Amino acid sequence: MIHHTGLHSLFSSLTRRQALQIGLGTGLSFLLPTLEARSAEKRGKERPKSIIVLWMGGGPSQLESWDPHPERSVGETVSKISTTIPGLEIGDTLPQMAEQIHHLSVIRSMVSKEGDHERGTYYAQTGYRPDPSVIHPSMTAVISKQLKRDDIEIPQHISLASGDGFVVPRGGFLGADYDAFRIYDPGRNIHNMRPGVDEARQKRRLEGLDVVSDAFASLRQMPVAKTNHQSVIEKALTMMSSSQLEALTLEGESQSTIDRYGDNRFGRGCLVARRLVEQGVRAIQVVLSGFDTHVNNLDGQRKQFGILDPAFATLIADLKERDLLDSTIVLCLGEFGRTPKINPLEGRDHWPIGFSCVLGGGGLAAGHVIGETDPNAGQTNEQQLTKTTPPESPVSIPDLYATILTTMGLDPYEELQSPIGRPFMLSEGMAVTELLPERLR
Amino acid sequence: MGTEISIQKCSRRLNVSGSHWNLPFCGSLCFIDFVKLRNSRTVPKVSYDAGDDSIAEVFRPVRRRSHTNLPQHIAVSMKILVRPMMIALAVIGVTTLAVRSSAVPHTFERNVTDVEKDRASDRSGTTSSNSTAKSIAEAPVVAAANAELARLWEADGSVRAGEASDLTLLRRLSLALHGTIPSLEELRLFEQDTAPDRINRWCERLLNDNRFDDYFAERLARGYVGTEGGRFLIYRRDRFISWLTQQLRTNRPYDEIVSAMISGTGVWTGQGEVNFLTSGFDDNDFDPNKITARSVRAFLGQRMDCAQCHDHPFDRWKQSEFEGLAAHFAQVQISLVGLTDDKTKEHVIDDGTTEDGRAVAPSVPFHPEWLSESESRREQLAAWITHPENVRFERATANRIWGLLFGRPFATDRPVDDLPDPGTDPRLAMLDLLGEDFRKKGYDLKRLIRVIVATDAFRMSSIPPETQNVEGIPDNWSVFPLVRLRPEQVIGSMIQANNIRTVDQNSHLFVRALKFFRANDFVDEFGDPGAEELQARAGTIPQALLRMNGELSRELTSMNPFFAPGRIAAIAPTPEMQIETVYLCSLTRKPTPQERRYFETMFQESGTGTAIEDLFWIMFNSPEFSWNH
Repeated sequence: MIHHTGLHSLFSSLTRRQALQIGLGTGLSFLLPTLEARSAEKRGKERPKSIIVLWMGGGPSQLESWDPHPERSVGETVSKISTTIPGLEIGDTLPQMAEQIHHLSVIRSMVSKEGDHERGTYYAQTGYRPDPSVIHPSMTAVISKQLKRDDIEIPQHISLASGDGFVVPRGGFLGADYDAFRIYDPGRNIHNMRPGVDEARQKRRLEGLDVVSDAFASLRQMPVAKTNHQSVIEKALTMMSSSQLEALTLEGESQSTIDRYGDNRFGRGCLVARRLVEQGVRAIQVVLSGFDTHVNNLDGQRKQFGILDPAFATLIADLKERDLLDSTIVLCLGEFGRTPKINPLEGRDHWPIGFSCVLGGGGLAAGHVIGETDPNAGQTNEQQLTKTTPPESPVSIPDLYATILTTMGLDPYEELQSPIGRPFMLSEGMAVTELLPERLR
Repeated sequence: MGTEISIQKCSRRLNVSGSHWNLPFCGSLCFIDFVKLRNSRTVPKVSYDAGDDSIAEVFRPVRRRSHTNLPQHIAVSMKILVRPMMIALAVIGVTTLAVRSSAVPHTFERNVTDVEKDRASDRSGTTSSNSTAKSIAEAPVVAAANAELARLWEADGSVRAGEASDLTLLRRLSLALHGTIPSLEELRLFEQDTAPDRINRWCERLLNDNRFDDYFAERLARGYVGTEGGRFLIYRRDRFISWLTQQLRTNRPYDEIVSAMISGTGVWTGQGEVNFLTSGFDDNDFDPNKITARSVRAFLGQRMDCAQCHDHPFDRWKQSEFEGLAAHFAQVQISLVGLTDDKTKEHVIDDGTTEDGRAVAPSVPFHPEWLSESESRREQLAAWITHPENVRFERATANRIWGLLFGRPFATDRPVDDLPDPGTDPRLAMLDLLGEDFRKKGYDLKRLIRVIVATDAFRMSSIPPETQNVEGIPDNWSVFPLVRLRPEQVIGSMIQANNIRTVDQNSHLFVRALKFFRANDFVDEFGDPGAEELQARAGTIPQALLRMNGELSRELTSMNPFFAPGRIAAIAPTPEMQIETVYLCSLTRKPTPQERRYFETMFQESGTGTAIEDLFWIMFNSPEFSWNH
């Protein structure tokens, strides 16, 4: 693994202790907070809750995955396989998940109000429709704020393997501090986290930076203090020298482990997500895009679910094995599903009414299948996006988030204030009772 | 049958083999042909030949990147396809630069003289710009604005800060009007200009540079259409921007620009202004509410959005008033000849109270006599919005332009598009007097900029008077605010600091290409504040990491012989001059005696090359570099 040698030298060349030494010689030493030298104890008994969102970008087809209907006229599609939940059949695209699904539940009746990728993603990540007067925080940002941990030196809201800007969850009115920290190629390199020069030179640079910053700040104490420039640099330096950064690498993972997840960006992302959960990071998103199959749907969906299946199944098995599943919610969701009707290019278009998601762990009730769809119900309408028949027991995105927040010990109806004092509930939905842990029902 | 499409992610090309289709993948062109393809009877076979991702990325609608004029897809495919070419160009570029730099005499002064000759044509307008600059300094509106500022300070009992230095002012001007810091080349010219009134004259010079129209159009557009992608195919943000650039270049009166946006008809690719309206399409339908809310915010500086669903909670807006305004846009439709009005269509609101919804007639919340007699509802509304008596229009514009120049709107404590009603807040009298002059001088945006630049507020130092340094600074423009630079200002400034010469349309192709591609990536990573750009915000950790360790900052601080670090090392004769030049290139000032002493020692200890690299790194990470001051 060529890629790892670089990382290795990062850690061997700049340990926290050395960083402290660098810091001590400079005026920036006050920037390094008082943390015990190695605070990276793995999660202890307390096991705070975390969430991993597997984001299926582009709109995964429910028909080729969690809600197959090969017996109906839905065009060329997959066949069904049975699963470890009695009576539940899923698409043959997900053979490994069929073995793990009893740890989770399936919702087949998700409904969204947006049928465009960007708007749909916004809605499905925040639970609120886009509104020009405010940017809502994503659910993961809300969790990272409400359950903030002081002992974590690396970001507490991380997006792995994401490409598109609008898929990266935002802090919205909570502020840019809660934007997800984006890592494009998980495990391969830690983006920009490595000083470009050796220690001695880094030390000289920081000293010089002190001199120049002083020249500016001494005359403008109040205004410069308000900019937070110094404290942001402080946090960045802390992160650069934190041993917790190791959670973002694949240090110590065998190639066979990596292969079980899949040696691709998404697979490695799921593995890194597990390591971050062990470290105590609250909210992690792993992105798999490429589900937007307007052309030749079946091949496209097969290929993408082929990437999802081993990664998702290994993640669940791994969390279970490490006794982390009870404290970690895993949610697999995209911005919408795909039309039951096949188009002339054998593709499926966007379908926000009656798509599927899978969730479990963190105390959520497992083994449930919520809702039901009739794929032929909307066929009479040419547009396919309007006036379709809603599925049985529809679950909205806010409902989904109310369920998750409640399970994590948060009150969905608690209000957060936007900068202009407009109150917003964490989620406006109603929790799905069957999915809640028994003590909360 | 028999048609085969193969999609290869790695090269992002879409090739349709067979008799009819052979489409290099290229943004919108591809999509149009794709639609044709889609409507055809043949069902082609598509094979996926992708890495982790697949076709989706290829077909995903264009999302605009933050500040270039190219849709992202074109940018992406250009990046992929053009980068190999760029390497070739780089070789040519390096050779040419080498030839050029060896031909350039090795002192900065001579260097600059050359440039002067190159740009002799620039100076044909000097006489007129001299007189404009002079007349602005003496304009009654500037005196009135200064008196108004003095009144505010007196009322608050605040002491005003001292005057900022001319170099600081030049930096502010360049950042506000061109989105970058001044180049060393410009600084040398500026230093040679010793005639009085040089700031006003340089303001004029910057306004007449093409970089102003390009940069300002993008900044203005955020208030009109935001940064989102919108509905693909019928919304072309790039066309909108280039239209707006053209309007600024010809200095078209602002009321006409706004009227054109509201009442435009035609095809979005040909008539750039039409994209203001086509940005209002969600999925398949035109959303009159979206455009109404935007128009009221952008042109009248008020927020009626809440009234879309209910009466405004803290303002006087009624839901019925919003609906009446929205009815002006309700007839918008897409036809074969582009965007037109369907004169028979009514604004129907489906609020569940009646079976078929209720039709709402167009109306305005006040002064219906300002509507024009035109047939077109949108033309009527355009006349109402830009009516000379509608002072909201001029106040909103003054507040926004002030915001673009300072990074904070004049009404600092509220969003730029959320002003109180005229006459209700005496602390905003500045907007009335700037607005009045703006209207009387024919809604001339450039004049408005000149006037604001000539006021004491713009000339103020960011160093607070002694007493306020501890107690806090009143929000009344008695001290110039520290404002974080926008991402493209940061990257633009880094790239400019890396070049001795001005990076503009005359720059070497290689430098411009670097600026285009790198700036895109950087802005993406740095995070774009979007339409909320004028709100105060702090820096983020990823930004700090990017500046400290990012690939680009490594490149821009490295000893490349053709860029500033290398050239300073080669040309400036002493460490003292080298330090001074790095300071001028990046912070637009000379080092203080302490700084000079400190870095001279550093230069002795680490050797010139390393020291210059380190010094650039230090500059890029200093608060002074990333905050306007």
